[in-house]
Amino acid sequence: MSEIKETFSLKGMHCASCVRVNERALKNVQGVKDAVVNLAAETAMVTYDANTASLDSMKNAVKKFGYSLFRQDLEDGSEGAKEIYQLRRKVAVGAFAGVLILWGSFPFIMDYSPLFLRNFYIQFILASIVQFWVGLDFYKTTYNSLRNRLANMDVLVALGTSAAYIFSTAVTFFPHLFTRLSISPEPYFDVAAIVITLILLGRLLEARAKAGTSTAIKKLLGLQAKTARIVKDGKERDIPIEEVQVGDILRVRPGEKIPVDGIITEGQSAIDEAMVTGESIPVEKGIQDSVIGATMNKSGTFLYKATKIGKETMLGQIIKLVQEAQGSRAPIQKLADTVSSYFVPIVMMIAVLTFVIWYLFGPEPSFSYALITAITVLIIACPCAMGLATPTAVMVGVGKAASFGILIRDAESLQKAQGITTVVFDKTGTLTRGKPEVTDIIVARGPVASFPPTSARSSLASSNELRASRNPSTSTTPRVENAILQVAASLERGSEHPLAEAIVQKAESENLTFVQVLKFQAIAGHGIEGLIKEKKAVLGNRRLMEREKIVIDEMLPAVEKLENEGKTVMLLGFDGRLSGLVAVADILKDSSRAGVDALHRIGIETVMITGDNERTARAIGEKAGITRILANVLPEDKEREIRTIQHEKKAVAMVGDGVNDAPALAASDVGIAMGSGTDVAIEAADITLINKEITSVAKAVLLSKKTMRIIKQNLFWAFGYNVILIPVAAGVLYPFFGLLLSPILASAAMALSSVSVITNSLRLKNVNV
Amino acid sequence: MELDKIIVSLLGFGGIGFIGWFFFGKKASSNAVEVGDAITIQVSGGYAPATIQLQKDKKTTITFHRTDPSSCLEEVVLSDFKIRKFLPLNKDISIEITPQKAGEFPFVCGMNMFHGKIIVK
Repeated sequence: MSEIKETFSLKGMHCASCVRVNERALKNVQGVKDAVVNLAAETAMVTYDANTASLDSMKNAVKKFGYSLFRQDLEDGSEGAKEIYQLRRKVAVGAFAGVLILWGSFPFIMDYSPLFLRNFYIQFILASIVQFWVGLDFYKTTYNSLRNRLANMDVLVALGTSAAYIFSTAVTFFPHLFTRLSISPEPYFDVAAIVITLILLGRLLEARAKAGTSTAIKKLLGLQAKTARIVKDGKERDIPIEEVQVGDILRVRPGEKIPVDGIITEGQSAIDEAMVTGESIPVEKGIQDSVIGATMNKSGTFLYKATKIGKETMLGQIIKLVQEAQGSRAPIQKLADTVSSYFVPIVMMIAVLTFVIWYLFGPEPSFSYALITAITVLIIACPCAMGLATPTAVMVGVGKAASFGILIRDAESLQKAQGITTVVFDKTGTLTRGKPEVTDIIVARGPVASFPPTSARSSLASSNELRASRNPSTSTTPRVENAILQVAASLERGSEHPLAEAIVQKAESENLTFVQVLKFQAIAGHGIEGLIKEKKAVLGNRRLMEREKIVIDEMLPAVEKLENEGKTVMLLGFDGRLSGLVAVADILKDSSRAGVDALHRIGIETVMITGDNERTARAIGEKAGITRILANVLPEDKEREIRTIQHEKKAVAMVGDGVNDAPALAASDVGIAMGSGTDVAIEAADITLINKEITSVAKAVLLSKKTMRIIKQNLFWAFGYNVILIPVAAGVLYPFFGLLLSPILASAAMALSSVSVITNSLRLKNVNV
Repeated sequence: MELDKIIVSLLGFGGIGFIGWFFFGKKASSNAVEVGDAITIQVSGGYAPATIQLQKDKKTTITFHRTDPSSCLEEVVLSDFKIRKFLPLNKDISIEITPQKAGEFPFVCGMNMFHGKIIVK
C-alpha cells in the first residue's frame, strides 16, 4: 500500500457547508483515508492509497455536487498579502500611540502638548498597547526561540524594548525608589513604542520590497492561458487549462495564446515566442511543428495535439528551474551564514558588557546611560541584512536572466559565470544553424560518360545558389551536376554523418531518385564507398582520394577556394576517376558575430572547437570573429581540449548543444547549452540559452557580474553596518566626541538597513545588458 | 569599588557567561526522527523536530506548519534540494523530496537564523 498525502485545488466553494460536502464526498471515495478542505485557500488535502483511489474517482466524487478538483499546478511563489495587511494595521496603531507619547515626553515639543499627554500614566497605557498588541509577535517569537535555546532578531527587539518599558513602568509607579538610588525617575515609554513601530515599519517595507524579488515567477505564471478550446466529437468548447489532457486536440485562433505544448496537426501560423524563449522574431509553423504553451498565435488558425501539460510544459519547466535556482545557495554566502548563526547571542553579550562598562565608568546618571546604551546596542544590531544580502540579489538576478531567455541552474553557476575568462564555442549547431546545406556542385573536366544515366524526374538544377556557384572552368550541363548529386545522395543515404542529410535533402528537393548502392561502407575519417552498377563509387575527403589513387589535381584550386570560404568539400570518384565534388556549408547564425564581439568587448577570449579541417574551420571562425581555432577535434576529444585551456589558468565556459557536447560542458567551469526543443532542463549545463542566441552568452556573463557586484555591495553594507554601528551604539565615540546614539535613531537605522539591502538587489531589475 | 558596582559587575559577567552557555552550550541531544512516507515539521521558534532521518531514493513528503509570526521563519530553504518555500502562517506547506545520496543536509529559515537537519541513510 502506498499512502499519499496530497493537496489539490478545489474550485466552486462559497460557504462553510461546501467544506463539509466536499470532505464527505472525498472520504466516501474508496481508498481515501482522510480529506481536509480549506475554504479560504480553496484546497483539499487528501490522504489516500494511490493503488485504490485515483484522481479521476476523486474528481468525479466532488463533480456530482458541482465542484471541480484538480492537481495543484504551477505554484505562485508569493503569498502573505494577509500578513502585510495585519502588519500595516499594527504600524498605524503603533505610529499613532508612539507620536502621542513622543509629543508628551520629548524635550521642547512637549511644551506644546496637551497636559494629559505629559501624564506618565497615560503614556504607560499608550505604551502598553504598543508593547503588548503591536509588538506581540516579538514576544511570541522570543518565547518560541528561547524554548529551543535559539535567538533571532526578534529576541533582541523584545529584550531591548522590554528593558525600556519595564524601567519606565517601574519609574512611573515607584519613582521614590529610583530617587533614593540617585537614578533620575524619567520614563522611556517613547523609546519602547517608537522602536517597536519603526522596526515593524521596516518589516512592512521589507515585505513589500521582498515581494518585488519574486516578480519574475509571477510574470512567468501570468503568461499562462486560462482556457483552451478543445475539439472533441466534432464539437468545440472552452475548458479550463487545468482540464487539458495529453492527446487532446485544441484549436488556436489568431491573437490567442497557445494553452499547452503540442504538435500542429492542421493549419499553419506565425507564432510569437518572445515571452517564453526571448526569440524576437515570430516563427512560421505548420503541420508536425511543435508549439510552446503560453506563446502567442499571430495570424492563422490551427489545430494541434497537446503533448505536454502542467509542469511538463516548457513554461512549467522554466518556472521550476527559476524557482530551484532561487532556492539555491551561493558559495559567497558562506561567511554571512556562519556569522549570522552566532550573531544574536554575541550582540546580547556586547549589550550586557556595554551596560557594565557604562555603569562602572560612565558619567552620572550612570544607570540611565548604561540602560540606554545597552538598549541601543540590542536595537541597532541587524542580522537580517546579512541574511538577505545574497538571496535577494540571486532571486532578482536569476529572474532577470529568465526574462532574456537565459536559464541559470543555481546560484553557484551564477557566481562562477562572473569569473569566466574564456568562452569555447562548439561550431555546428552553436555558432552555425546546425542545418548544413549543399552550396556547390562542380563537375570534373574529364569525361563523365562512365556515369550511370540519371533517372531524375527533373533534369535541371533549379536552385539559383547552385547556378551561381557553378565553376566557370568546367563546362557541363545541369544534367551532369544532377547526376553527381544523385550518386552522392544515393551513397550518403546509408550514412549517419550530419552532412549526409544535407546532400540527401538536396537530392530530394531536386526530385532526384536514388540508385541502388551495394556493399556500402563508411571509412572513418575518410568518407564512404559502395558499388553502383557494379562500379566502385567513393565520396569523401582528399585522404580518401589518395587512398583510392584518384588524381584530383585539376580540382585542387576549386577545393581550396571552397574550403577558404568555410565549406566542407566532398569529392566524388567513380570507377577510379574523379567525377566532381559536392560542397556543403553550415551557415553562421545571425547573432554569432555580434555575440562574439560582445564577449571581446568585455575582455573575454573566444575559441572555436570543431571536427572540421583547419582551413574550413578558420574560414568560419573568421566570419564569426574568432581567431583561436581548435580544428580536427573528434567529439570525444573536446573534453580534453577544455582541460588543456583550463591548465592555462583560465576559467572556461563551453557553449554547446547539451547533447553531443555533454562531457565538454561538464568539464568546463561553466557549461552553457543551447536549448533544444521544449526540454529546457539540460543536465550537464549550468546555463541554458532557450533563445539559442549567441549574444545571450555575453548577456549571461554580464548579468552574473552585475549580480555578484550587487551581492558584494550588500554584504559590505550589511557587515559594515553592524561592525561600525554596534560600537557606536555602545558609546565608543562618547569619550572622544561626546557622541551617543539615541535608541530611536538606532531603530530607524536598523529598519532601513534590511530595506536598503533589498532595494539595492532590486536595482538588478533595471539593468541593461 | 562600591558595592553596587561590584554587584553589577558580577551580574554582568555572570550574565555574559550565562548567554554563552545558554546559546552555545551543549544542548540536550535532539534525536533524529525517522520518517516513513511523510512528516509534519512545526515551525515555531525553530523547527520541531529539527532533525529528521530519511531513506535514500525514497520519496518523502515534508509538511511545514508555521505558527510563529516572525518574518525570519516565513521562508524555509533546503538549498541542497534547491527549494525555497514561503510558509504562510497557520497553513500546511508540503514539499516532496527524493534524496539521491546519503549525508546530512541542513534546512534553514530565509535569513539563516534557525536551522534544521535532514539525515539521509
